[in-house]
Amino acid sequence: MTATGPATAPVTAALALGDDALVLSHRLGEWAGHAPVLEEEVALANIALDLLGQARVLLSLAGDEDELAYLREERSFRNLQLVEQPGGDFAHTIARQLYFSTYQHLLYAELAAGDGPFAPLAAKAVKEVAYHRDHAEQWTLRLGDGTEESHGRMHRACEALWKFTGEMFQPVQGLDIDWTRLDERWRESVEAVLRRATLPVPEGPRTGAWSAGAGRQGLHTEPFGRMLAELQHLHRSHPGATW
Amino acid sequence: MATPAAQRTARTEADGTPDTVGTTAYQRAFDAAVAADERVEPRDWMPDAYRATLVRQIAQHAHSEIIGMQPEANWITRAPSLRRKAILMAKVQDEAGHGLYLYSAAETLGTSREELLDKLHSGRQKYSSIFNYPTLTWADVGAIGWLVDGAAITNQVPLCRCSYGPYARAMVRICKEESFHQRQGYELLLALSKGTTEQHAMAQDAVNRWWWPSLMMFGPPDDASQHSAQSMEWKIKRHSNDELRQRFVDICVPQAESLDLTLPDPDLRWNEERGHYDFGPIDWTEFWEVLKGNGPCNEQRITQRRRAHDEGAWVREAAAAYAAKHTGHTDGTRTTGHQTAHETEAERA
Ligand SMILES: [Fe+2]
Ligand SMILES: [Fe+2]
Repeated sequence: MTATGPATAPVTAALALGDDALVLSHRLGEWAGHAPVLEEEVALANIALDLLGQARVLLSLAGDEDELAYLREERSFRNLQLVEQPGGDFAHTIARQLYFSTYQHLLYAELAAGDGPFAPLAAKAVKEVAYHRDHAEQWTLRLGDGTEESHGRMHRACEALWKFTGEMFQPVQGLDIDWTRLDERWRESVEAVLRRATLPVPEGPRTGAWSAGAGRQGLHTEPFGRMLAELQHLHRSHPGATW
Repeated sequence: MATPAAQRTARTEADGTPDTVGTTAYQRAFDAAVAADERVEPRDWMPDAYRATLVRQIAQHAHSEIIGMQPEANWITRAPSLRRKAILMAKVQDEAGHGLYLYSAAETLGTSREELLDKLHSGRQKYSSIFNYPTLTWADVGAIGWLVDGAAITNQVPLCRCSYGPYARAMVRICKEESFHQRQGYELLLALSKGTTEQHAMAQDAVNRWWWPSLMMFGPPDDASQHSAQSMEWKIKRHSNDELRQRFVDICVPQAESLDLTLPDPDLRWNEERGHYDFGPIDWTEFWEVLKGNGPCNEQRITQRRRAHDEGAWVREAAAAYAAKHTGHTDGTRTTGHQTAHETEAERA
């Protein structure tokens, strides 16, 4: 595997961003055949495919995409805990999308404007992610300001995932970003959407109490191991085979 | 023969008075248009039975697209490489898109998607029985692409010339995508066949299980097919079930040889005289049993479909409530833009 030895800054960043995209794409792929309406089968698959495309480019910057996706252990993944959270109901999926795509859109817009190694990828991806963000915002409005039931579900989902949002703004080695400013802009944007959706802004802590850290340090939540088991089992069952 | 424009005028202006043999001018204009290979469009007059046959066929086709997502979606989370995962996701997404086009085509005949889904969920309308077979290994994804999408293309290419315009146009778009699926399935099987001993065995096992059900996709033999004759006359159908089945076998045999896989039929051999491959008898008992609901996955497929629909009810209600509050429309789920099928040109090239 290429990512052994002391990781260079671009490799660390490629893994962080690549793993985010890979894992969220996988989670969205779990909706196939289960979406609430046919249009969302198409839309969620669209987003999952965009993310998978990004993941493949990013992981290839760090090594062999399949080796990295299929042969790493859980503790070597660098994705945010937010993206590995199981789908839950459609509201949880939309809350996860709102939090992540807002972050990804702001981050990629900055990377695209810079001249770092990720600028070309970010320039292409930022257009895709703008759609992901719009999709999440539209659904946040519909669910928040829809029926009593949808309001309640969306409220609970936004609250449940809030504690995973602080991690997004931990500096990633190799990305030249003003993380504090990024966090402020994220909060402004998400709070404005929540208000328009008649949803309260969650007030709880934005990180877990466990001081050991989170996904960017390779510490994940329990459902992630099961997710990886499913993702990796076939590939690992046939060592060295090509597909 | 009248020009198309004249025909159209005749169809829209005919007075509907029965003539001496009991056919109306409407009916005569319709018959003439069909005979002249003209397209019937939503606003043209058409016989009730023609409309009902089309709705039944388009609905069954649409239902097959969306139920057909399930056996393949079963492997999205386990696809063994990221490239294969992307191809499979895009394929399953295409099938959802096909469902959308087809439900829209049915809507042009005055039947809503909701009504048709209700009929699917309550068992009053069917979907293709092929999707009542399970996908047990990764190779099944390849076998479905090669054989099931392949059979679908053989069935559907003639429908691009179907007499009903919106259906014919939907089929042009769908067939283009189905042929990508067929090639991708073939290519997946080829990789397995040329791979390790285990991979080759996996591919052979999948082909063994999917071959006969694929032949059954063309429907019962001509002498047992209820709807064929009238549909042929209306140019909704262009070839008989047995003709299409033979065409499919003739295409598959050389492809199986290039794949270095065998087809599970000891009677399969070239017949010089007929210029076709002879093949063994199909187990129609199995076909009718699966159709009746006794296939390995009938229960599972419809249960998952109903569950997705029922669990999504609150989402659709929310979208409708939001749309009513903010735009005055009640269908909030159809308003998000950018929902066209994903471009996977790179994968398809
Ligand atoms: Fe299809
Ligand atoms: Fe297909």
